[in-house]
Amino acid sequence: MSTFSVSFRDANGVRILDLHGELDAHTASDLEESIQQCHAEGNVNLLINGTDLDYISSAGLGVFMAYVEEIRDDGGDIKIAGLQSKVYNVFDLLGFPVLFDICETEEEALARFEEPAPDAGNASS
Amino acid sequence: MSETTHTLTIPSSTRYLHDVRRFVAEHALDAGFAQPTVNAIKIAVDEACTNIIKHAYDGDTSQEVEVQITITEGHLQVCLRDEGEPFDPSTYQEPDLTRLTERRRPGGLGVHLMRRCMDEVHYRTDQGFNEVCLTKHRNRDSVV
Repeated sequence: MSTFSVSFRDANGVRILDLHGELDAHTASDLEESIQQCHAEGNVNLLINGTDLDYISSAGLGVFMAYVEEIRDDGGDIKIAGLQSKVYNVFDLLGFPVLFDICETEEEALARFEEPAPDAGNASS
Repeated sequence: MSETTHTLTIPSSTRYLHDVRRFVAEHALDAGFAQPTVNAIKIAVDEACTNIIKHAYDGDTSQEVEVQITITEGHLQVCLRDEGEPFDPSTYQEPDLTRLTERRRPGGLGVHLMRRCMDEVHYRTDQGFNEVCLTKHRNRDSVV
């Protein structure tokens, strides 16, 4: 069975979600619950750290798409950082760099939250 | 020409997707495919298996999915077989990636990934079973 977990941190008013393991159709609901929980607690600036994410399928990618509009409507954003190249390539195949702010490092993504008008169309990776 | 086959049958639950990926990766690596190509094959087979579980069987976990790998000198082919509702590839529309976020639950991403990751994707339905065959030829660069 796929192993997947999410742990949480906060930095500069941003809720950071550290993803660990494999994100597929079996584990995508765990990520969905985590994002829902963060949003329900009033967090609209979410940073997904994928340093320890070893695998992603379209089911995992679909979770980001399901919530990003809602989060942006509330004045926040979902930004993504630290992806391994094999995982980033899947994001890239589906055109995610156009839809999401994907940064190489967590620090870069945190700095992006400081910018006045986040624009989802400006990917850096 | 030598040909080897390997078969794994799993219950129709997403719980077993990890086993399918591991099964496919082991044999693709043994067959000499490079890691990026193995990654591409893994995700394509995962997407095909997920579609069977979620759509052909509509979440019924009491059914089975058969995964058969055939390796030849020229290619690796993975065929997934089920007895659920058939998928009609003629109804498939490529997702509009620029408008994906306007739909909370966009469909078609898995099929899109399968086609991008593999060299050939073929569907057939025959006497109560459905089969999707994914083929990767040797000596072609991988996108993943």
